[in-house]
Amino acid sequence: MKNLSAKKMLALALCGAMALTGLTGCGGSGESASDSGNKNQLYVYNWGEYIDPETIDLFEEETGITVIYDEYDTNETMYPKVAAGAYSYDVICPSDYMVQKMIDNDLLQELNWDNIPNAKANIGQQYYDSANEFDPGNKYCVPYCWGTVGILYNKTMVDDPVTSWSILWNEKYTDNILMQDSVRDAFMVALKMNGYSMNTMDTAEIEKAAADLTAQRPMVQAYVIDEVRDKMIAGEAALGVIYSGEAIYTQRENPDLEYVIPEEGSNVWIDGWVIPKNAQNVENAEKFINFMCRPEIALMNFDFITYSTPNDAARELIEDEAIKNSEIAFPDLTQYNNLETFHYLGEEGDEMYNEYWKQVRSQ
Amino acid sequence: MNRKLLSIPYLFWSALFIVIPLCMVFYYGLTDKSGAFTMDNIMAIATPEHSKALWEAVKLSIISTIICLILAYPLAMLLSNMNARQDTFIVLIFVLPMWMNFLLRTIAWQSLLEKTGVINGILGFFNLPRLDIINTPGAIVLGMVYNFLPFMILPIYNVLVKIDRNVINAARDLGANSLQTFTKIMLPLSLPGIISGITMVFVPALTTFVISRILGGGKILLIGNIIEEEFTKTGNWNLGSGLSIVLMLFIILNMVITAVTDKDGEVNAL
Repeated sequence: MKNLSAKKMLALALCGAMALTGLTGCGGSGESASDSGNKNQLYVYNWGEYIDPETIDLFEEETGITVIYDEYDTNETMYPKVAAGAYSYDVICPSDYMVQKMIDNDLLQELNWDNIPNAKANIGQQYYDSANEFDPGNKYCVPYCWGTVGILYNKTMVDDPVTSWSILWNEKYTDNILMQDSVRDAFMVALKMNGYSMNTMDTAEIEKAAADLTAQRPMVQAYVIDEVRDKMIAGEAALGVIYSGEAIYTQRENPDLEYVIPEEGSNVWIDGWVIPKNAQNVENAEKFINFMCRPEIALMNFDFITYSTPNDAARELIEDEAIKNSEIAFPDLTQYNNLETFHYLGEEGDEMYNEYWKQVRSQ
Repeated sequence: MNRKLLSIPYLFWSALFIVIPLCMVFYYGLTDKSGAFTMDNIMAIATPEHSKALWEAVKLSIISTIICLILAYPLAMLLSNMNARQDTFIVLIFVLPMWMNFLLRTIAWQSLLEKTGVINGILGFFNLPRLDIINTPGAIVLGMVYNFLPFMILPIYNVLVKIDRNVINAARDLGANSLQTFTKIMLPLSLPGIISGITMVFVPALTTFVISRILGGGKILLIGNIIEEEFTKTGNWNLGSGLSIVLMLFIILNMVITAVTDKDGEVNAL
């Protein structure tokens, strides 16, 4: 009998262990933004691995503000959380079309540029001109990073010249292609390959792109987002669709990799800081944005995340001439045809693209 | 009176985290964006992409449940026949990985199975054929079996240790051979544990979206992935809730089968 009870105890302990490990599977960071309002806090919601953590420490040291930092992996994941109003973040860093969507849905507040002098002083005028496309009058958004989308390929695994998106449809590279698991980025590739605008609302064009993506699906190794970087470095795939900001980092880790903006054109994007309407700590948010626009801080971030900075003053500080004049980090956009910025296509457009994307992936 | 007081924390808990969320799921599932009543979100399961995802999820979770059962039963039998000191050690080996986070373990499988991963590295070193199951349904089944196997072993083990040895001895005494003892005595007596194990594996396997995301490379959409994306990416909570209700029907069906077959209340005892 003694034997039996020992076993029972064990079973009980096991159940406890299972319950504990089973339940803690998901969820973001432990801190939630719902209880904000304390004067000395700041709730930041940014892309994953999109800042040098040391800059946050410096900011906290200098201002005494406690930063609560959350991350997301696509604009589409960020939006419902903010729109639902359950979280009140103070600073967010969405991309162009998402900034536009948030403006349209009255989720952002106008910036008080007097409180963020570094933004006007250090960030190049041409980036404000581009931002004007999705943020008319430059009222809401301070550009933080920008770049293009292109193909990253491994020179040892690809022997064809990589100049066109159509190489992602080459059966030779079956199971060696990584696509973006994000609806607008995936459709951009197919739309651009067909010579259409990536902001098209023409059903026939979207259907053609969806058909192409469906045909491509058996050749794709995986639909991923941030993992493209690590998989390409490891030589897991030959070709991958990637943001230009990751290209410099991946080349640093694996010199066999090369980044190309295909000749059919691509996406040129800007991510920028915005302050949502329900922000509780606006003053701290302004301090944060202003701090991030300092040349030496922007440089720290550039060195860390390797995404092109719109901060001209920071670019001047880059010591490595090769990086400072890198075609990948700071391409001369006039050389490329058909570079476009994503536009928000309205609820109807979102639904249409999402529906086709779902169909593509469940064939 | 005292007993009732004791149940208050649980009642509060279940109201807050079970009843209210369920009501919200039904509310969202049966309304459209403007708040008007509709059945569209539930009928949406009939569209090809949704029904395919549901079928895929049912198929993979049934396969995983069967594999778990085949692996778990013999092990549970072995464990139940050991003395306490031996099985403490074996159970410890079993449970040790579970002290790590479920997500981490699944991501670890990804790096094990990748084309340039650990397993293929070892196979390549010995010039053995490569293992190409990452981003296929096979990898998802592997992930499900790995993660949910303990949920199958424990209920079966729990039932087996409670079987009175005298019953088995009596069977042998009356001339039954090993196989007969197993099919006529052990198996029927352990049925409640088996059914409880099936529920505990089938339900999480049917609803998972993490395993299929990480090990399926985003190429295989299970119904869990569709529902998750409706909430987190597409922002269509109504459709997500409607599909959840359909999924709930499957889970309730499973529980009804369990309740009918579970006469001794073994599942509830666990």
